[in-house]
Amino acid sequence: MAANDEPAVRTRELRVERGGNLVLPRLDLEIPRGGVTGLLGPSGCGKSTLMRAIVGVQRLAGGEVEVLGLPAGSPALRSRVGYVTQAPSVYGDLSVRENLAFFGRVLGAGPGAVDEAMAAVSLEAYADRRAMQLSGGQFARVSLAVALLNEPELLVLDEPTVGLDPVLRGELWDMFHRLGAAGTTLLVSSHVMDEAMRCDELLLMREGRVIAQEPPGALLERTGAKDVEGAFMALVEEPSEVA
Amino acid sequence: MHVSLTMATAVRVFHQLRRDPRTVGLLVLVPAVLMVLLRWVFEGRQEVFQQVGVPLLGIFPLVSMFLVTSITMLRERTTGTLERLMTMPIGRGDLLAGYALAFAAVAAVQVVFVAAIAFWLLGLEAEGPAWGIVALATLNAVLGMALGLFVSAFARTEFQAVQFMPGFIIPQLLLCGLLAPRESMATVLEWFAVLLPMTYAYDALVEVAAGSGASFELVRDTGLVLAFTVVALAAGAATLPRRTA
Repeated sequence: MAANDEPAVRTRELRVERGGNLVLPRLDLEIPRGGVTGLLGPSGCGKSTLMRAIVGVQRLAGGEVEVLGLPAGSPALRSRVGYVTQAPSVYGDLSVRENLAFFGRVLGAGPGAVDEAMAAVSLEAYADRRAMQLSGGQFARVSLAVALLNEPELLVLDEPTVGLDPVLRGELWDMFHRLGAAGTTLLVSSHVMDEAMRCDELLLMREGRVIAQEPPGALLERTGAKDVEGAFMALVEEPSEVA
Repeated sequence: MHVSLTMATAVRVFHQLRRDPRTVGLLVLVPAVLMVLLRWVFEGRQEVFQQVGVPLLGIFPLVSMFLVTSITMLRERTTGTLERLMTMPIGRGDLLAGYALAFAAVAAVQVVFVAAIAFWLLGLEAEGPAWGIVALATLNAVLGMALGLFVSAFARTEFQAVQFMPGFIIPQLLLCGLLAPRESMATVLEWFAVLLPMTYAYDALVEVAAGSGASFELVRDTGLVLAFTVVALAAGAATLPRRTA
């Protein structure tokens, strides 16, 4: 699957403090190229902070982050990495099409990219509707569509399916897999555990640390748990059993 | 700087303004209404209206663009669109130039409208050329935009941002010479006024209205307005870091 031996993301001793709290104390991880990696963990465990560090908008307290072989945030990465924040970040007072047209021009997306991105998130029918008049789920999809405009090599998606109906969520996951199979690397955070089973690989986080990184099947087998939630519990309880 | 990215930003801001006709209406109408008000306030003292008319013509756009920009940039920061743009191949210079272009165009419309009312309907007179006054007023709008951009970095909420109007703009209005000649102020204030951008905006407007052509003072003061604009834009750009805590 990987077109290149370099991992898509590599962090070394990554340390991040936010508002006086040590969010990521010391994180070493590698995310391989291609496929869908699910980033799971409870709220506040550092998922969003890790994603911000990967896309290069997070100020670091130490360590380094390398993305596609370059330091995170390098100018050369700005058209190769797509990022969707948890809170939709598009212009509420612009129509869906105007939003995509603007970001498309910034990203240097080709003609037709706007229509393709709208189709990918099933928003063609709302093209001329102002983003703020849409429902929460539709608004979030506009934000997601922006990241699809220029077919980036790495897509970092922070909880992209929150508040979506199950049918649409299924469709988006199908799309993630199509992109992943075509060579795109996707890092998708979620706290919906059934979505975890659809990932090629899982990264479980807790209190700023990675507690597991493996395919979901292997994780269940190793922990003997029935689902990812159970596996998470088993991993958290492990150290106390040793003690 | 990339022309296409600057244009993309300007077009986007235009689309946003087009979607908000009430704001555009207020931007264009309010200065004109205030000018009419002023004309009747000084009904019995027309010489005062003649004296403050032109400078006010040029200071209105500074104030309104200051407000519009500080709120717009604050919104851009708080809704995450700024952070998203910072992950994309667009420079801060492209973004700011796009804003400057769009707002300067709106300001030009604002200025032409209020100037037309003032000169044709209200009997305001100036020795200098009307185009010079309009050009200076538009430059002042860009200065207001640059200042608004800069102070927006110090506001977390829109409530805070609007407080910069009385906190940052009104003192300049008091000290620039519009209400009283600077020579007649307390010496400390006279010195302080020298540091404020609106002082030079005011002086340049008075000079262009006087109609003595491209005098040394006019060129110098216009240059200073430009310099303040560039410094404020650069300082504003510095308040848009790619990485935040």
